[in-house]
Amino acid sequence: MSAQPLVDVSDVHFGYGREPILRGVSLRVPRGSVVGIMGGSGCGKTTLLRLISGQLRPRQGAVRVAGQDVPSLDGEALYGLRRRMSMLFQFGALFTDLSVFDNVAFPLREHTSLPEAMVRDLVLMKLEAVGLRGAQALMPSELSGGMARRVALARAVVMDPMLVLYDEPFAGLDPIAMAVVGTLIRKLNDMLGATSIIVTHDVHESLQIVDYLYFLAGGRVAGEGAPESIRATPTPVVRQFVHGEIDGPVPYHYPAPGYAEDLGLAPARGDHRA
Amino acid sequence: MPKTWASRRPEAIIVLEGSRQGVARIGRHFIDLVWRVGALSRFLVLVLLASGTSFRRFRLVVREVYFEGVQSLIIIVVSGLFVGMVLGLQGYETLQKYGAQESIGVLVALSLVRELGPVVAGLLFASRAGSAITAEIGLMKATEQITAMDMMAVSPMARVIAPRFWAGVISMPLLAALFSAMGVFGGYLVGVVLLGVDAGAFWSQMQAAVDFRYDVLNGVVKSFVFGIAVSAIATFEGFDAPPTAEGVSGATTRTVVSSALVILALDLVLTAFMLRQG
Repeated sequence: MSAQPLVDVSDVHFGYGREPILRGVSLRVPRGSVVGIMGGSGCGKTTLLRLISGQLRPRQGAVRVAGQDVPSLDGEALYGLRRRMSMLFQFGALFTDLSVFDNVAFPLREHTSLPEAMVRDLVLMKLEAVGLRGAQALMPSELSGGMARRVALARAVVMDPMLVLYDEPFAGLDPIAMAVVGTLIRKLNDMLGATSIIVTHDVHESLQIVDYLYFLAGGRVAGEGAPESIRATPTPVVRQFVHGEIDGPVPYHYPAPGYAEDLGLAPARGDHRA
Repeated sequence: MPKTWASRRPEAIIVLEGSRQGVARIGRHFIDLVWRVGALSRFLVLVLLASGTSFRRFRLVVREVYFEGVQSLIIIVVSGLFVGMVLGLQGYETLQKYGAQESIGVLVALSLVRELGPVVAGLLFASRAGSAITAEIGLMKATEQITAMDMMAVSPMARVIAPRFWAGVISMPLLAALFSAMGVFGGYLVGVVLLGVDAGAFWSQMQAAVDFRYDVLNGVVKSFVFGIAVSAIATFEGFDAPPTAEGVSGATTRTVVSSALVILALDLVLTAFMLRQG
């Protein structure tokens, strides 16, 4: 991987309350690449994304984006950094009181003083790129899940960001919409010369578009590598996830007392009742 | 078999335990209340600090004035009219016993301008606009719109909260004034048109008795304070709502209940100060 990564996460520890979520995660994202972060539900993927974007601060460790130490940035400096990055949320997070056009135009109108004619051209270019120029007048409530995700994608790249963070971009999409969104992520990343981090648990789609992949389990990086090496990995927890095996290091059963004990067929441990 | 102390002891322990839990619950509620008042105060300071954008881009405030003020007009106008008409009927009934039915205009106007206008308009504003503000902000939070805005380096406090807060502060005195005006008109309809009180006496006695400084202006001050309170509570509850359907529903209920209690408590305090001043 490149010597000077755009995103450098080093030995990050984080937890909500007393429960640790991340226990020493390190990863590097080179410029221009599409990197996936994969893992089971609740393994800390989205938390890691929030740490990179400065929404959360790590308990320990360093998060550097474009050479800047994110946790130490004050509000203004953090907003300065965020103007150069963007995030695609799980369900799009489109502003429900604005039309498709106005949603995509929102960052331009907030951060630039471009004339409205130029804003219009830029918005239409991005909408054309995601195939929804004809839907510019629609409201978010009139869009399907896949369309909403594509509008959100157009909004995310309208300012030509250096870094785009994707939080579960494939969640809840049908196979066609999933393929469209996956292709767009790769295409837009290469066209804009951006860098992308995709948090997902969709194995098939993400392995097709990422350059490199980190696999999180137990709050640590349990495996990493290019898509081919991840497919062929011998690491049990990664293999179980990638091949969708029901039982393995991630158990099928939630921890529980003995089955017979729960059904009242055997005395419970420590139960001294007569 | 008579109960001995030994046999009653478990009951006593249960009662004591119940009392302890009750006291602990009250304590928890009190601590929670103090914490929320502190959080609301901090929130209000942040709103004021973020208000510069609202005034620089005043169209954001104007848009919210439409949603909070203009769209509350029907409930305010109709309620004001009915309250004024009821005041006219009740007042006439009482005043005619003393042959003072021509003072009906004074009674209606003073009741509305001093108390009922600001208080009832405030309660209606909290129910109609306050709950809508909380639900809207709460849903924006639940659907990650607030986080998305923050991620775009656009301050939600400046772009979403402050315009709604100031729109409420601006709308409330205007709605209260309209409520009082409609109430006076309702009193006129009942007193003059329906019950035959002399129109000249109705208006002239009202004009002589209602003082601009002590009655009208104090009413405006009250409604302005209620506007600040309701807007602060509504925006805070929305912003603080847990991002779930249940969380938004609870926050909306808290907005209406807290606003009603705060309006009534503030009314008592303001009235005491204003009477002392007068």
